[in-house]
Amino acid sequence: MAEPMKIRALLKGDVVDIRVLIAHPMETGQRKDAAGVIVPLHFIQNVVVTHNGKTVYEGQWSQAVSRNPVFAVRLRGAKIGDKIGVTWVDNKGDQRTDETVVAPAS
Amino acid sequence: MPVARSDIAVLAVVCLATWGAAPVLAQSADPLEVGRKMLAEDNPGELWIERGKTLFYQKRGPKDASLEQCDFGLGSGKLEGAAARLPRYFHDTDSVQDLESRLLSCMVRLQGFSRDDIVKRAISPAGSNGSDVEALALYITSRSNGMTMNISLSHQKEVDIYKAGEYLFYRRSGQTDFACVQCHGEASKRIRLQDLVHMTDKKGVQGVVSTWPAYRGMQFVVRTMQWRLSDCFWQMRLPELKYASDASIALTTYLHYQGNGAVIKVPGFKR
Repeated sequence: MAEPMKIRALLKGDVVDIRVLIAHPMETGQRKDAAGVIVPLHFIQNVVVTHNGKTVYEGQWSQAVSRNPVFAVRLRGAKIGDKIGVTWVDNKGDQRTDETVVAPAS
Repeated sequence: MPVARSDIAVLAVVCLATWGAAPVLAQSADPLEVGRKMLAEDNPGELWIERGKTLFYQKRGPKDASLEQCDFGLGSGKLEGAAARLPRYFHDTDSVQDLESRLLSCMVRLQGFSRDDIVKRAISPAGSNGSDVEALALYITSRSNGMTMNISLSHQKEVDIYKAGEYLFYRRSGQTDFACVQCHGEASKRIRLQDLVHMTDKKGVQGVVSTWPAYRGMQFVVRTMQWRLSDCFWQMRLPELKYASDASIALTTYLHYQGNGAVIKVPGFKR
């Protein structure tokens, strides 16, 4: 089971800065393990960011993204207390959804 | 398979490239400082804190117990500020212990794990999900975030091990006749692009003792002080520094005492 993400959504002016830390191996399919066997491709394929349930970002990622990636998007038009959800699905069908609320930038 | 490369993917790759050149300590006029600050804001090491917390309170091991009864020097289960005072002398084990060796004895005594088993897995392979000990050490240290490093040498054994650590730090040994101080005794030294920390300088050593355990970008895992020291030994071509051995605790005691007054901020972010 995938581990929880860490999401921050901070409102500065009228823009919400959404930053997400994801725990994921992001295997490129080119690395060999100690025994010389290729470690199979395992990476996050789809990422969706929602604002109060409405999709505001939908992305297709590749194996070029690093392990334990940091991911950031900016969103205009959200208010403090709004719900920001992030979902990822990887190529093995594993997935994870986490939510946070928009907070003021201190 | 068609691959649509998003802007975000590009961002992540750029992050990777800057890690390669990010040395441990900041210098004010340093052009790398900007990038380092950006990385510190989103430190993947933070993912380990939650993992460590779960491991700490979960009932685990042959004895099916949590670590809540573990005494890190301030009383059973009291974690706030505990890491800021380690290594210290413990009556029950009659020895000076750093955070990780203390954690080991608790996992053995309270949870019934085998010491050899934990030690074998304590330092995880690069690119893995990390070991239990790494996550636990980070979680426990993170509970001292914002607190000041304050090691006392009030017990004779603490004084002894401190002196041993000082000796090890300055002693040239091994096939390359190397001492820690040769790399870490002067300002502005570097190996290739890596700045070497000036550890006979108060500020330099404080920057070290307050930032471990740290996320190591190159290896994608959280590393601890025990790992740092054993890797130093490997780099110096010295015999393997055993995990939680007296020598490692001696060096930790010496460095932590030198770094007294540093404000703890973990996880650190290392290249």
